[in-house]
Amino acid sequence: MAARLHHKLKSFRLGGVHPNDMKLTAHVSIEPLPLPAFVTIPVIQHIGAPAKINVQVGDTVKVGQIIAAHEGFVSSNIHASVSGTVTGIHNAMDSSGFKHTAIDIQRDGDLWDESIDRSDTLITDIRLNQKEIVSRIMEMGVVGMGGAAFPSHVKLSVPEGKHVDHLIINGVECEPYLTADHRLMLEKPKELIVGIRILMKALGVDKAIIGIENNKADAIELLDKLVQHEPGITVEALEVQYPQGSEKQLIQALLDREVPSGGLPSDVGVIVHNVGTTVAIYEAVQKNKPLIERVVTVSGKEVRRPSNFMVRLGTPVIDLLVAAGGIPDHTGKIVSGGPMMGKAIADLNVPVAKGMSGILLIPEDESKRAESYNCVHCGKCIEVCPMGLEPYQLLLLSKKGNKERAKEEHILDCIECGSCAFVCPSNRPILDYIRLGKTQVRKLKKA
Amino acid sequence: MSVLVYTIITLTALGLLAAVVIYFVSKKFAVQEDPRIEKVEAVLPATNCGGCGQPGCHAFALAVIQAGELSTLHCPVGGNAVMKQVAEILGIEAVEKDPYVAVVRCSGSFEQRKKTNVYDGESSCKLAANLYSGDTGCAYGCLGLGDCVQVCDFEAMYMDERTGLPVVIEDKCTACNACVKECPKNILELWPKGKKNQRIYVACVNEDEGSEARKACAVACDGCSSCFDICKFDAIEMKNDLAYIDPEKCKQCLQCIDVCSVHNIIAANVPPDKIAAVTQARLKREEKERQKKEEERLKAQQNNGSPITPQA
Repeated sequence: MAARLHHKLKSFRLGGVHPNDMKLTAHVSIEPLPLPAFVTIPVIQHIGAPAKINVQVGDTVKVGQIIAAHEGFVSSNIHASVSGTVTGIHNAMDSSGFKHTAIDIQRDGDLWDESIDRSDTLITDIRLNQKEIVSRIMEMGVVGMGGAAFPSHVKLSVPEGKHVDHLIINGVECEPYLTADHRLMLEKPKELIVGIRILMKALGVDKAIIGIENNKADAIELLDKLVQHEPGITVEALEVQYPQGSEKQLIQALLDREVPSGGLPSDVGVIVHNVGTTVAIYEAVQKNKPLIERVVTVSGKEVRRPSNFMVRLGTPVIDLLVAAGGIPDHTGKIVSGGPMMGKAIADLNVPVAKGMSGILLIPEDESKRAESYNCVHCGKCIEVCPMGLEPYQLLLLSKKGNKERAKEEHILDCIECGSCAFVCPSNRPILDYIRLGKTQVRKLKKA
Repeated sequence: MSVLVYTIITLTALGLLAAVVIYFVSKKFAVQEDPRIEKVEAVLPATNCGGCGQPGCHAFALAVIQAGELSTLHCPVGGNAVMKQVAEILGIEAVEKDPYVAVVRCSGSFEQRKKTNVYDGESSCKLAANLYSGDTGCAYGCLGLGDCVQVCDFEAMYMDERTGLPVVIEDKCTACNACVKECPKNILELWPKGKKNQRIYVACVNEDEGSEARKACAVACDGCSSCFDICKFDAIEMKNDLAYIDPEKCKQCLQCIDVCSVHNIIAANVPPDKIAAVTQARLKREEKERQKKEEERLKAQQNNGSPITPQA
């Protein structure tokens, strides 16, 4: 375990902060949540076009059945996560805070589609070829499970003319509190490695690096041991620094390559996949299992039973909170995601979606926003910005609605990590305004 | 002493020389500006609000002179009075335009539209709207954080603390369009001031299904279509379970206000007794119809020879 301490650990070059990591659930095994009585499955849980509903109210569905099919290439299939009857199709609030079309299913038993292999046996032999792997992943509705929910098959379809030589597996999990990927690395390491082999085959690369932050020594040790017999796969411990798990920062830390402004990792020959996604890809390709459940960390300082739950997608958040011992008194906010990038949810019935990695219960004294003052031009936000932007200026430009200038100042390169707002001594709502500015600039592009 | 004299003489000479040079340069390089531009600018309100679509009053004056006609150019702040003066300067016919006023198309007060969560971010509608659908069940209605009031140059708006909704002071509103552009929920709209300063509009923008809209807000338009059915002038349009009154077609017969099930068609500046008279007339008409039906029923029973039974 101490093997990683003798040399300087890798990290990204610019900025970054060190929030208290608060991994309360690092030693809590993943526990399946009791099946919910009903689920609400939004048809948009990913980046891209909403899926097209192909069931009707009154239909009976099995677990794993496609209930909404992808529309176009950048989209994703949506599967039923429980068996039962479709009771409604309506607009429902999801964790994004906006209302989207969703499918209600009343659960009845737990009847799975026959094609899904539910056994625990590890299948190491990869039978499918490159193309078949990508189309299987697309069919099984796998999307990035680290938070952004970008369809995985799109990432694997490298545009012609670009050469990819490295696969990076993101096991950093730099957000405080969250431990979903950490637990997966400990509990499903062999599945993870087969998943990496599948991705390497699909991309035609022979080098893969698993990047893990150094606060997960047990996972580093375990995977290090396992990859001894796996040619091409290495494990790399990384300095504990936020936002180490951001795609662009991780590439810089591991390979010292910089993704150009407005570019993609494939521009510098790299594809990054998250640990959770890789395990889901293993299950999709080897077991024919669609993305119907995921690990969600439920945590918080005053939570009675902080846990890692294996949850069927569409389960209302309230079910997870009840299983974790209820909502403690003086809870100010309930956040979907981590404390740095997560978003407070506006309704306890919002469903668990593909990109939801955690639920945090934040006590009232910590959740309240402090009063914001004028900018004192201390430059701290510039110091910590991992993208080398000038956040204080982006705030002003967004506030004034100066979209052209904001675009020139590379507002679209902001990864929304929130480091600027984290360090601001005047408590200015920097990230809120930058997000607004990004929306405005994107509209400008469309017009 | 002599130093002082020399200094004065030198500086005076330099000054005179410079004056002569400047005089000839100003003559030689004088910029010929249409004198009318200055005149037009003098009659404009000088608010630089941008309501005309130009960056400011000077730009408007320039545009007016360049165009030489007024069909597309109108100063909403000055209104017809100022435009008449402008037309006189240009020596052309003035184009009369109906005056407009901003209206708030949301009635979801604290009482009517219950809060479902608490927003504690920066007090800005734009930010809140970018973040999520709002702190009530209605994803369309007013967020109540007052961006419109902030942006108003004419102090023509204020937030009503009892309702949480903005109010337009119509005497001060110049229809400069600033609040309309600012509102992220598109609740504000410029509306023709109307005959006798009276105007009729639906104060709701919720496009959700009727039942869902009503769940979130007691005065939400649920698309019941009773106003659409009763309108004789084809002025009401139903779209996405929401009624919209076309101000151009509306004849202000007030029938729709009477039948609206959620009482959310606003009749600004219409005396209440006028609306009451419409309701009275409807009740009378209904009573007459009921009596007529009753008579017909009795007649039919008589003809059948069956015993007459009073209707329950």
